[in-house]
This record gives sequence, structure tokens and C-alpha cells, in this order.
Amino acid sequence: MKPKKDNSNGTRTTRRSGNGEHRSRPLQPGVEAPDFELNSTPDQKVDLSHFSGRPIVLVFYPADWSPVCGDQLALYNEILPEFNRHHAQVIGISVDSAWCHNAYAQHRKLHFPLLADFEPKGQVARTYGVYRDGDGVCERALFVIDPDGIIHWSYVSPLGVNPGADGILNALEEITAKEPSHV
Amino acid sequence: MSEHSRGTKLVLPVDEARDHIRGPAEAAVTLVEYGDFQCPHCGQAHLVLNELLARFDQDVRLVFRHFPLTQIHPDAQRAAEASEAAGAQGRFWEMHDALFENQDALDLESIAEYAQEIGLDMIEFARDLAAGVYTERVREDFLSGVRSGVNGTPTFFINGNRHDGPWDLASMTAAIESKIAPAHHQR
Repeated sequence: MKPKKDNSNGTRTTRRSGNGEHRSRPLQPGVEAPDFELNSTPDQKVDLSHFSGRPIVLVFYPADWSPVCGDQLALYNEILPEFNRHHAQVIGISVDSAWCHNAYAQHRKLHFPLLADFEPKGQVARTYGVYRDGDGVCERALFVIDPDGIIHWSYVSPLGVNPGADGILNALEEITAKEPSHV
Repeated sequence: MSEHSRGTKLVLPVDEARDHIRGPAEAAVTLVEYGDFQCPHCGQAHLVLNELLARFDQDVRLVFRHFPLTQIHPDAQRAAEASEAAGAQGRFWEMHDALFENQDALDLESIAEYAQEIGLDMIEFARDLAAGVYTERVREDFLSGVRSGVNGTPTFFINGNRHDGPWDLASMTAAIESKIAPAHHQR
């Protein structure tokens, strides 16, 4: 993963349209995934570039404990063996604090890191174009990043809809087919 | 945003040789459920489905496939394999019903009691469970669900398309009626 690059194509803004509906502009395929460092536990930080050389599945979600998030993360937890087949690292991100993530991950027996986009609040989500300004939470957004740190696929789901995992698996298969040397 | 179509179609077609199917083969509507025996929502859906199958006894058939979320439901995998082991003895639906009607008791001992009650050959049943004969089959169901866009349990497909709305009796009745040919429906 290369150092954070300023995204000049203007896709990172999140704006509220006239009818109050959010319209996020997530970073698009082909764009380099901005690097970041966030707390995974109260005393541990994780740097995205730490996972370079492997596909990364970035899962932005609105909040720990909310029912849809629970189902969504429980689903990814269950599918980890499939993600592992592609050597992919799954990472959850929300604006909750590391303490909250800690309790949530333990309670749900999650086997992948949850990062706290907590201070400055939502900064990483903003960088990826998936912060909901009025609501103060991330979109329910997925990014699959290839081993070279380039976004291969991104998707923003309606907030209350669990996007499932089929899109992620399709993207990982495309990456594996394209770059067999990495896996 | 994405060139991928969202996975709202059933990827693994219903196969009479492979699937567990309840209801008439010529039914106009095929309802596929991806479910988890330990999921309380699936337990509620079980009651709704019983009503639907009674109400549309000529027009609806139900297919059950496994989608156990084992990290949050520690008994779900065992229950799923038990239903398959019962299925090998021609008693899938009897075990399916017993599991959903006893969701608070899915430990091995309780499941053995249900197996006894529905008249299974207990030696064969215990042997199949202990050897994990159906572990792979349950995983196959699970993965076919993942590839079809199953995003939680229960998820339903009506004639191959994911049903995204609510699944209470009124909503499912409306969804099914819209699929039954009008002429056929007016019989």
C-alpha cells in the first residue's frame, strides 16, 4: 500500500440532496486506496499498509450493536474461510470507539479487526467518500482493495439493507484471476 | 458504481434430486428458504410457512436450505446435520419441524430424542452425525446462499428471485398471490 494520495477526482464528497436523502460518492475502482491508521483496540493501532500484498475487504458500517450490522458482520465472520481462500483480510470500520468495538467483537465472537474511526470522527470514512454528515455515521459501504492497494470494487448499500457477500466474493475472484502470483 | 449485478437471483436452481421439497411438484410458486434452526426469526417464519402451505396447498411448494450462522448459533450446525441425517432416512421434514418446534433444546441429547420420536434408525443416525457425513452438504447449501445474496436468516426466494420485503403472513400471501397466474387463481 502506498502512502495516502490526495484524491483529486472529486469523488470523495458526501452531500445531502434537496429532499434530504444522502448521496455518497465512494471512491471508485481504479483509485488508489488511501492509507490510514486507526485503533483496533484501546492500545493498538492498525495501519492499512500493514496488509499490503493481500486483498483487503473494507467494511464500513454505521454502528456496533445495530441489528443489520450484527447480521452483516456475523455473515462475514461465517464466510471467513472463503475470504481466507483468497488470502483476503476483512476489516470493519465504524465511528464507534475502540472500547465499544472491543465489547462488540467479544460478544459476537468476531474474528476480524474492527477499527475505530473515532477521532477525528469519521475522517477515514470521509476520505473514502462514505461519511453521512447529518447522521454522524459511516455509510454501509464495501471496498475490495487489490494486493497493489488499488480499489477493485466499491459498493454503497442503503443504510438498512445488508449487502450480503456475493459482490465481495465476485471481486475477490476477479482479483485472484488477474493476479494469481499474489495468492 | 459496480459492474456486478447484485445477487438477488437464486444461483443454485431447485433440484428435486438434491433439495428437500414440501408441496406439489407442479406448484406455480416455489419458495426457497435459507434458514438456521437456531435462529429465532426462522422459528417465527416456520409458523408463517405452515400457514402458507396450508392456505396455498395446490400452488406453493417449499424448499429448505441450510444457512447456519455457527458463530452466533453454536447448535445450528449440529441441528442442520441432524436434519440431513434424518433426510437420509426419508424423514427430513419431520426432523425439520421437530427442530423448529424445540429451538431452545438443540443439544445432542435432545436431538436424539426427536430422532427417536420420529422413528429413525438410531444407530445409523448417531453414526452419520458422529462422522460428520453431512457437514459438507450443509456447507454447500450455505455457500450457494452466499452466492445468491443471502444476507441473513431467513432469506426467501420466490420463483428464483430474492424476496426483500417483510415475511409476515400478509406480506408473503400478497407476494405469492402476485405470482399465481390470475386465471389459475380464480379457479
